[in-house]
Amino acid sequence: MPKVVVVTSGKGGVGKTTSSASLGAALAQEGHKVVVIDFDVGLRNLDLVMGAERRVVFDLVNVVQGDAKLPQALIRDKRVETLYLLPASQTRDKDALTEEGVGRVIDDLRESFDWIICDSPAGIEKGATLAMRFADLAVVVTNPEVSSVRDSDRIIGMLDSKTLHAENGGRLEKQLLLTRYDPARAARGEMMKVEDVLEILAIPLLGIVAESPDVLTASNVGCPVTLHNPGSPAARAYRDAARRLLGETIAVDEPQQERRGFMSRLFGRKAAA
Amino acid sequence: MPAQLYPGPHPAAAPRATPDADGPSLPMLRMRGRSIMALVIAPEPPFTNWFAALDQQMRRSAGFFADRPVVVDLAAVIESVGREAIPVALEGLEARGLRVIGAEGVGPRLLAGTRWARLPTSLHGRDVAQAPAADPPAAAAVRSLLVDRPVRSGQSIVFEDGDITVVGAVASGAEVIAGGSIHVYGALRGRALAGLRTGAGARIFCRRLEAELVGVDQLYRTAEHWGPDLHGRAVQVHCDRGALQLSALD
Repeated sequence: MPKVVVVTSGKGGVGKTTSSASLGAALAQEGHKVVVIDFDVGLRNLDLVMGAERRVVFDLVNVVQGDAKLPQALIRDKRVETLYLLPASQTRDKDALTEEGVGRVIDDLRESFDWIICDSPAGIEKGATLAMRFADLAVVVTNPEVSSVRDSDRIIGMLDSKTLHAENGGRLEKQLLLTRYDPARAARGEMMKVEDVLEILAIPLLGIVAESPDVLTASNVGCPVTLHNPGSPAARAYRDAARRLLGETIAVDEPQQERRGFMSRLFGRKAAA
Repeated sequence: MPAQLYPGPHPAAAPRATPDADGPSLPMLRMRGRSIMALVIAPEPPFTNWFAALDQQMRRSAGFFADRPVVVDLAAVIESVGREAIPVALEGLEARGLRVIGAEGVGPRLLAGTRWARLPTSLHGRDVAQAPAADPPAAAAVRSLLVDRPVRSGQSIVFEDGDITVVGAVASGAEVIAGGSIHVYGALRGRALAGLRTGAGARIFCRRLEAELVGVDQLYRTAEHWGPDLHGRAVQVHCDRGALQLSALD
């Protein structure tokens, strides 16, 4: 049963695109057939983060408008052969997308992929609502900052009202991916605690990714961190999150400062059900 | 007494009526002044949407327009569509049973020749800040709205006909507006406004006060007014002799 996942946040710069690429790559590395769709028409980035910027010929807008066939626009990753990218157009804007066209593209993708990951643009306007429209599951990317948490809360409200699932009377499954978590700042009380974020957003935790130069480096060289530096804590966090999406039960570790005590190693956080 | 309305001496002030030369004495007229509250509404094109919104409002709070005089502000209609749209707007309101007693933003000239020609166009009065509180519905069943999920930032829950109970938190940037009282079984972080209908008798209860603003019956307080003592505690908010009181429940 193919699953459509929207990676969304409301706020910009929290790590949606990085997370889409990393989760997509991690799922593909587990052997699943994955396509990551960039919905940020006009400000596309996913092609850069996945290192495919020089291979884009056709894009999502071309397919939605019927100017190109889906296989012409899909770009296969050179490192993991079950990973595909459907890039956005850089020269158009979000109004070029239609609900009907996007629905058709996603239905077509359901035929041949296990995971369809929709990388949502920031904001709550058309691009974001279309990215979430057909989702079966939402990954809400949040930084432990008050502004990001409130924007995520807003987005969760929209996931509960504006998605096809919600309109058909169902409740869309939502999971929280806490990114750019800085254990040093958290220890000094300069950042929101994981508990506080979970308490406010009241959705299960998919994973915590610590702020790390590895992630930035990976983005800059155009390679998801799970491929570029598989041994890094960030890669491990994304891999664990991907395996939780696949249904495995893995405890969520709260990233610690350099020196971790034996006891804190022992008592990891409980994973989302 | 609206004595100034009469050009001549006030009938009551006149000396005892004396029989006129040409007929029997007429009964003395008794008049009283009364001010009533009218709702002013301004239809806007496109009418389909505007009337759909009106229908929704009327469905949501059935008693809202009941027996309440309505003044129609036609300025927007004339400006954006023209005078030919006036009958459309007025007929739409009449079809919904609204009691139109006057028009604004339109001269008598524009109504001349229509069946609304006699509608007063120069009613006096001043705007009041809020819709007047309706009389408490006589012996109506207690009505309440139960929200059993968190109220998310940006969402607005409005229930004018009674109390609202939220099982979960009200997020920062969300608002809950009730005709009666508000009960929040969770953290109240956004806004809560109670007593739209019931007035000062309404209260707000929450398990944890982290609100941005609370209000009952046109009185409100923002977070900086109540200080850190009550922050995070179970609190009730009520009106006491015209002032808003917040007190801890635990």
